[in-house]
Order: sequence, then structure tokens, then C-alpha cells
Amino acid sequence: MEQYDVICIGGGPAGLAAALSARENGAGRVCIIERDMELGGILQQCIHKGFGLQIFGEDLSGPEYAQRFINEVRNSDIEVKTDTMVLEITPQKTVYTLNPQQGYNILQAKALILSMGCRERTRGALAIPGSRPAGVLTAGAAQRLVNIEGCRIGRKIVILGSGDIGLIMARRMSLEGAKVLAVAEIMPFSSGLTRNIVQCLEDFQIPLLLQHTVSEIRGRNRLESLIISKVDDKLQTIPGTEKEYICDTLLLSVGLLPEIELPFASGITLDKRSRGPRVNESMETSIPGIFACGNVAHVHDLVDYVTEESRKAGRSAACYVRGELKPAAAINIVAGEGIAYVLPQEIRPANCREFFELFFRVAKVYTNAGVNVFINDKKIKSYHKKHMAPGEMEKLKIKPEMLIAAESIKLEIEQISC
Amino acid sequence: MKYDIVIIGAGISGTAIANALARYERSVLVIEKSNDVSNGASKANSGIVHAGYDAEPGTMMAKFNISGKSLYPELCTRLDVPYRKTGSLLLAFSDKEMQTLEELKKRGDINGVQGLQILDAPDVLDREAHINPDVKAALYAPDAGIVSPYELCIALMENAMDNGVSLWLESPVKNIRRSRRNYLIETSGKSVESSCIINCAGVYADTVHNMLLPQMFTIRPRRGEYFLLDKYAAGQVGHILFQCPSAQGKGILVAPTVHANVIVGPNAEEISDPDATETSARGLKEVWETALKSIPDLPYNQVITTFSGVRAEPSSGDFIIRDYPEMPGYIDVAGIKSPGLTAAPAIAGHVVEMLETQTGKMQQRSAFRERRRELPHFHQLSHEARRELVKKDPRFGRIICRCESVTEGEIVDAIHRNAGAKTLDGVKRRTRCGGGRCQGGFCGPRIIEILSRELDIPREKVRKDNAGSGILFETAAEEVYHGTV
Ligand SMILES: Cc1cc2nc3c(=O)[nH]c(=O)nc-3n(C[C@H](O)[C@H](O)[C@H](O)COP(=O)(O)OP(=O)(O)OC[C@H]3O[C@@H](n4cnc5c(N)ncnc54)[C@H](O)[C@@H]3O)c2cc1C
Ligand SMILES: Cc1cc2nc3c(=O)[nH]c(=O)nc-3n(C[C@H](O)[C@H](O)[C@H](O)COP(=O)(O)OP(=O)(O)OC[C@H]3O[C@@H](n4cnc5c(N)ncnc54)[C@H](O)[C@@H]3O)c2cc1C
Repeated sequence: MEQYDVICIGGGPAGLAAALSARENGAGRVCIIERDMELGGILQQCIHKGFGLQIFGEDLSGPEYAQRFINEVRNSDIEVKTDTMVLEITPQKTVYTLNPQQGYNILQAKALILSMGCRERTRGALAIPGSRPAGVLTAGAAQRLVNIEGCRIGRKIVILGSGDIGLIMARRMSLEGAKVLAVAEIMPFSSGLTRNIVQCLEDFQIPLLLQHTVSEIRGRNRLESLIISKVDDKLQTIPGTEKEYICDTLLLSVGLLPEIELPFASGITLDKRSRGPRVNESMETSIPGIFACGNVAHVHDLVDYVTEESRKAGRSAACYVRGELKPAAAINIVAGEGIAYVLPQEIRPANCREFFELFFRVAKVYTNAGVNVFINDKKIKSYHKKHMAPGEMEKLKIKPEMLIAAESIKLEIEQISC
Repeated sequence: MKYDIVIIGAGISGTAIANALARYERSVLVIEKSNDVSNGASKANSGIVHAGYDAEPGTMMAKFNISGKSLYPELCTRLDVPYRKTGSLLLAFSDKEMQTLEELKKRGDINGVQGLQILDAPDVLDREAHINPDVKAALYAPDAGIVSPYELCIALMENAMDNGVSLWLESPVKNIRRSRRNYLIETSGKSVESSCIINCAGVYADTVHNMLLPQMFTIRPRRGEYFLLDKYAAGQVGHILFQCPSAQGKGILVAPTVHANVIVGPNAEEISDPDATETSARGLKEVWETALKSIPDLPYNQVITTFSGVRAEPSSGDFIIRDYPEMPGYIDVAGIKSPGLTAAPAIAGHVVEMLETQTGKMQQRSAFRERRRELPHFHQLSHEARRELVKKDPRFGRIICRCESVTEGEIVDAIHRNAGAKTLDGVKRRTRCGGGRCQGGFCGPRIIEILSRELDIPREKVRKDNAGSGILFETAAEEVYHGTV
């Protein structure tokens, strides 16, 4: 059995940054395992720009951003196994891998970093009524087919979901010569970046139908048409508002979910809110020495944050291997009123030398609201925010001195009347 | 072209009969209008091997339910099809329903169901932690089980073909004519002669019957809708949980599947179009809300897909399995509603007897292959066996479906078997590729690639299911080149 200090599972931006950081921070033998033929993860199919503004101060495409890290890895002694799938991990950090040439192998690590990214919510998860024809696919799958495989997936297209992926695919399909009839969004707002709404929809005169959803899929073999209905405040379709759109393709961009197969099967505690593994200040999961970062921990909007978070995970893994990451008393962090999820879910003050950051998403759009921080149920701080939306991850700095005698921390949103 | 026996319809009835007939020295052809076997009711049902207390004593449904059920364990072992005895609980929430339990237990005892037992509430809750605590009692049937219905159909057909049975797909029977000694069966494109016909056409069995005989019965389509939940919800339920039957049907169930998902459904809705396998917002809502009565914390966020199946409801109320003196060699296997899946192996045996009565004793084939060529279930293999398999064939070293851990080797194998996969849905039903939580989002493009390569067709010709369900279009350049625009 091959022995490693650190194994990163998944070679997207999270795995790349985590491996580099683990090695830089003194971990010995480090390995990245990636099931695809190439490193880079989802970025390889994101051929649009908009990556790296935070980390490099440059506007890069996905593959360009990934390549910088891939080059660094190639120039280091980090081992890379591509076309290799991790089938199973154990709490003892044994890793079962499969590769067509090298076969079925069992590896042993001192620390594991989970960086498997996320998967897309599907039509089934939304339980959209109607028939089940060809021509209904997730936006990410479509993106792969178009950008990597060079396929043509449709001529007349409707997109459900106005997150960034939906917006970007609206432009992409238009550039491919398809007609994008509309982007429907069930919420009263788009969760995508404003720049994407302008550059991907407005510039192409694609209507954005807010508070609308697909209420029926028609066509027994290939998609023939969709019924789009308006929804009320409870997100229920309003009878009488149905409109038929004749199209051959429906792309779904209706949310991403952390890829939790491996942590679930190995008994790692999962968080109902983030839907990824629960992590502490060091991005360590409920099993000591197994870390998680990137979209597997929680779904990020910007890859730059993935990189930052993963560097932290890599550093922590190196510490763990050296025996410097100590078990210690932990403070629970609770997502209160108005908070969709908060990360980390736990902090151990003993492992926090400087300030650290809480990441959270709000559950709905707020204008003029306060983010209240409670320690031991006492409100100790409130930050005013002009605008917060579920699509944008928020950050909050917590200073170590705030943690003295703390047993719990809770975040809550308070609407400030104007 | 001439066959001894033509079977119309490759659902569980047709394939079970084909498999039973494959043991005899007879030439057999199965004609199916769809592009795959098991594309009718047999692919979209609850997959329950019923204990047998529902059906009225004395009906064919009662008789073949009991005898069919007892054939399941051996049949599924022989053909390597997932089947598991889980036991079922019929839940009662009111005094009236308690009475129903008593009545059904009595009925079951008369039908010959073994081991039926009425459990009181604590006992029920002891067995199933998530059941609604308002439950009053339950009828426990220890030998009810679950099966993968389409995998059974596929296996029956494959094994029948391994033993010489032929299969025509995409061949809807349009007309049947009777000559002096034979029947002439016309499908779109080709026709075939046969001395015997077995009509297993599901919801269309009345149409096929009427091609030869005056109308004697009608089949009404009655739809049932379902949710399928992710494996993460598997802990919710261990037995098949029924609610008390009503005039509409057996009631909504929550049950584990053989692949460790959870199935929820079906409702019962009269429809006019037998092919209307759409789901409806109203129907799905009804199913979910009713199911919550059994399991109040059923997790909606674990739904991975919804679908529906269409029951073939006969005007007679019972299976119609009969021959006609005026039409020698012709047999109807019609109105095969629930428990038709459970009954199929027994019905098949009965049909063989009917044929022997008509045409004389059939001679057993000397070399009948009992088993299918071994199926490579990569993810069930031991570490050692996995290592060996990948060494032998590197295609087993590449996972295509990450949700269900299916390798390229398994997909290629499923394509090249008898009654093999030709479409994305076909691959899904045989290997589970695309049937997991990502519903093909990740593996779809790769399966298209593999189908295109193995069947030697361009990618644009790869289909999801029936004709017209292509997934990719020719690129603009290809269109110009081929003159398609
Ligand atoms: C369509 C789209 C548009 C985007 N646009 C932008 C943008 O404009 N700007 C921006 O900053 N960000 C953007 N993002 C977000 C950014 O790309 C992601 O946040 C980032 O890629 C997540 O990195 P990751 O490493 O966590 O996951 P991924 O990139 O998904 O990488 C995970 C890797 O793990 C591998 N893996 C998973 N399971 C296993 C296993 N069992 N064994 C082996 N390998 C495994 C996968 O193959 C994959 O390569 C976009 C994302 C998408 C999908
Ligand atoms: C919602 C639902 C739930 C059920 N649950 C259960 C259960 O839990 N347990 C159980 O035991 N039973 C159950 N059943 C019943 C069971 O599914 C059916 O009894 C069984 O599948 C019927 O099989 P079949 O072969 O007779 O019909 P089908 O599977 O419908 O097959 C008929 C075939 O004939 C073909 N065909 C039709 N017309 C022509 C033509 N002109 N030419 C050529 N081919 C033709 C069709 O394409 C089809 O493939 C359920 C049924 C439904 C709908």
C-alpha cells in the first residue's frame, strides 16, 4: 500500500490549491487524485472570463485560471493521478482508487483533503410535471457537451434558473447559433451577478422572466414545448398565467449541491444547511485529519474564494500531519433567523491565533438589514448592510478576543426599517 | 418467414412466456413495437412481489399471485436479477381500517398466503421507526418482496434469446390475418407467419384481440404516478408500507427498492390515452400528501425523479387468459393489471400448458442454458476480484456513472448482450448508469460517446429512448455538408 502525507481527492481549483499549500507548509508526499482526464475541474468547461479578479487582479477564463495552478503543481513534486476515481475512503484515511491502466489500488494517507466539488440539481429534484423527453438537461452538462465535446444540443432553448451558470449558458447558446427564448426564474430576483445579467441577457435581448417557472414539460420523444407560469409569493404557480413556449431544449440551472458521496459513506457528519460536511476553523470535518474545501464544503460563487479556503485546508492538513493541530474545546456556530448557512460550523479558539472569517449566505434578499452577532445568546455586535442576496456569499471577521468565555456564536439577520 | 409461436408484446408477460417456451423445441418470435423490451407497464410500476391477500379468492389474480410469488426466489437467482424479501406492512389508522386488516387477513388465509399476522401499534413502530405514530395496527405479510421489474424482463428476454428465441423491436403489429392453417402478422415494414399467437400487448391487448376476434372486452388505461428518492433516504423504510386499499386501487405505498432507493406512489387516475405516461402537478401532490400519512418525515429534498406507469384495467375485472375454439392457437394474456408482475412467471407456465393442450406435448430442448452469461457487477466485487477484472479488461477501470459506480466495461457488456441496450434509457435500465442522483448529468455525454462507438452510429443518432428522442443535433457545419438544412 502506497503511503502519503496528504491526499487531495479532486483536482479542481480546490484540490490544486490545497495540495500546493499542504506541500508549501511542509507536508512530505502529497498527491492529487482526479477522475477526469485533466486537472482543473469545472473550470475547464468555463471558457468565459470572470475568474481571478481577487487572487490575481486579472480577468481570466476558467482554463487560464486553472492552468496557473496546474503549472505550479507540475513544477512541484506533487504527484498527480488523473483518470483515477476514488471509490471509497475510510475514517482511517485509506483511499480506494480505480484507474484503467494502474487498476484498482489502495492508498494510505495521514491526512485527506476532500475537494470533489459539487453536482447539479436535476429536473427530477424539482419534480417538474409532464413528459420525460430528450432535450432536458442541466446547464453544466450542456456546458460540457458544447465547450468540451463540441456538440450541438439544441436550436430553440429555454433556461430555467438565473444563477450565473444559467446566465452564462444563455449567452453561450446564443453565440452557438441557438435561439434562447427566455430565462425563467422562480424568485423575484436573479441570484446571478449583475454583470452577467447585463452581458449575457440584456446584450442578447433575452427576456428574464422573474417569478416564473416551468410548470409542464411536453413532448414524448424530443422536447416540443414548455408551459411557463407565473408564481405567487409562496412560489406556487398561478392558474391562468400559463404560456406555451415552443422549444426543443430546456437547460436547468437550478442549484448546485456538494458532492457528498464519499463523506456520507465514510460517516463524516454533514450539515443540513450547507449540505456539505460540517467543518471547523481549520476546514477539518468531524473525522480528525479529514479536511474539506471548495464546492464540496459549500457552493461558492467565485473561484477566488475557493482558492483561499483551500489554501487554509492545505495548511491545516500539513499542521495535522506534523501533529500540531490539536483536538480542543469547540464553539458551535449557529445559523439563526435569515441565515441559509454559515461556515465553519464550529471553531476551536485554541487553534485560532489571529482573527478568522465566518462565511454565510442569507436566505432571501435584504435591503437595509443588520447582521447581528450573538455570543452566548447576548448580542455583542451588529453590522449594517445595504444589500444582501442569497447569491452572494457574505464574510464576517471575528476577533479572537471575542471568543473568550464564548460557548456559542449565533448569526441573525434583522430587517432595519427605513 | 414462419415461426411456431409469435408473442406480441415484450413486457413481463411476453418475456416470461418467451422464456418458458425457450425450453421447448419450438421456434418463437417476440414482436415489440417499442425500441426495447420492458418499455410499457413493466418498466414503471411499484416492483412489488405481492403476498397475495388483495385479490378476491377464486380469481385468476389470486391464483397466479400466489403461485407466481413462490417462483420468484429461484427465478431471480437463476437470472441474476435483484430481488429481496422485505415483508410488507399494511397500515391501519382508524377502526374502519382495522376492520379492513381483518378482512384482508381472512382473504389472504383463504388464498393460501402464509404467515399473515396482525401487529399492534408498538410492534409496528418497533419495526419501522419512521411510521406515523398514529398507526393503530398493521397486517404483516412476511413473504412480500421487491424486485427490479425491468431488469427481470430484460433478463428473461436475454436468456430466451440465448436459447434461440428471436426478437423484433420497433415493430408494431398493425394487422393479423388468418390463412387456412396459419396466422399472418403484419408489422410496419415486415410480416411473419405463425401457427400460434400469444397476445401480451398490455394496454393495447384489446386492440390486438380485435384484429382477429369480435370485441369481447376492453382495456382502460389507469395511470399511477411515483416519486423516487435518493439512497440517502434509505433509512426511512425497511418494509413495503401499504395504506389500506380503496375503490381506486391498492393505495399509496412507501417502499425500499432493490437498489436501496425509496419509491413512493402510485395514485390511480383514469386517462384516455394509453401512452400518456406524463406526470401531473395534481397527481404528484396527491401522491406525496397521501404518503406523508405513512411516513410524516418523508424528505422531499431527496426526490431524484418522478415518473408514471399505466395500468391495463380490464372490463372483466380479472386477468383475461384464455383461448378460443374458433381461433385455434390464439391466446389472450390481457388485462394484466397488478399483481401482473408477481403473477408473470406462473402465467407463463400456465400458457405453456394451454399450448400443449391445443397443439400436443412439446418436446424439451436438450441443451437449455439456464443461466445468463455472468454479469460484471463491479461495485459488488471484492477488492481482489476488482483488481483481477481491471487487469483483464481496462474498461472496468473507468467509472462512467459516479452515482452508482458503473464502469465502462459494464456498459459495453450491456450493449452487446442479447436484447442489449441501444439507447440511454436502455443503458440506464441495464446498468443503473444515469439512474442515480445526478440523473445522467455527469455520465450522459460519456454514454452517448460509448453508444456511438459500440453501435457504430454518429453521436446525433444516439437516442434517449424511442424514435425522435435524439439528444444531439448535427452541428451547423455538418448540416450544410449533409444538406440537411
Ligand atoms: C458554469 C459555471 C460558471 C462559473 N463561473 C464563474 C465565474 O465567472 N467566476 C468565478 O470566479 N467562478 C465561477 N464559477 C465557480 C467555480 O468554477 C467553482 O466555484 C470552482 O470550480 C469550484 O472548485 P472545486 O475545486 O471545489 O470544484 P470542481 O471545479 O468541481 O472540482 C472538483 C473536481 O473533483 C473531481 N472529483 C470529484 N469526485 C471525485 C472522486 N471521487 N475521485 C476523483 N476525483 C473526483 C471532479 O472531477 C472535479 O474535477 C463557475 C462555475 C460554473 C459551474
Ligand atoms: C402503476 C402501476 C403499479 C403496479 N405495481 C405492481 C406491483 O407492485 N406488483 C405487481 O405484481 N404488479 C404491479 N403492476 C402491474 C404490472 O406492472 C403489470 O401487470 C405488468 O407489467 C404487465 O405486463 P405486460 O407484459 O402484460 O404489459 P406491458 O408491460 O405493458 O407490455 C406490453 C407490451 O406490448 C407492447 N405492444 C402493445 N401493442 C403492441 C403492438 N400492436 N405490437 C407490438 N407490441 C405491442 C407494448 O409496447 C409493451 O411493451 C403495476 C402496474 C402499474 C401501472
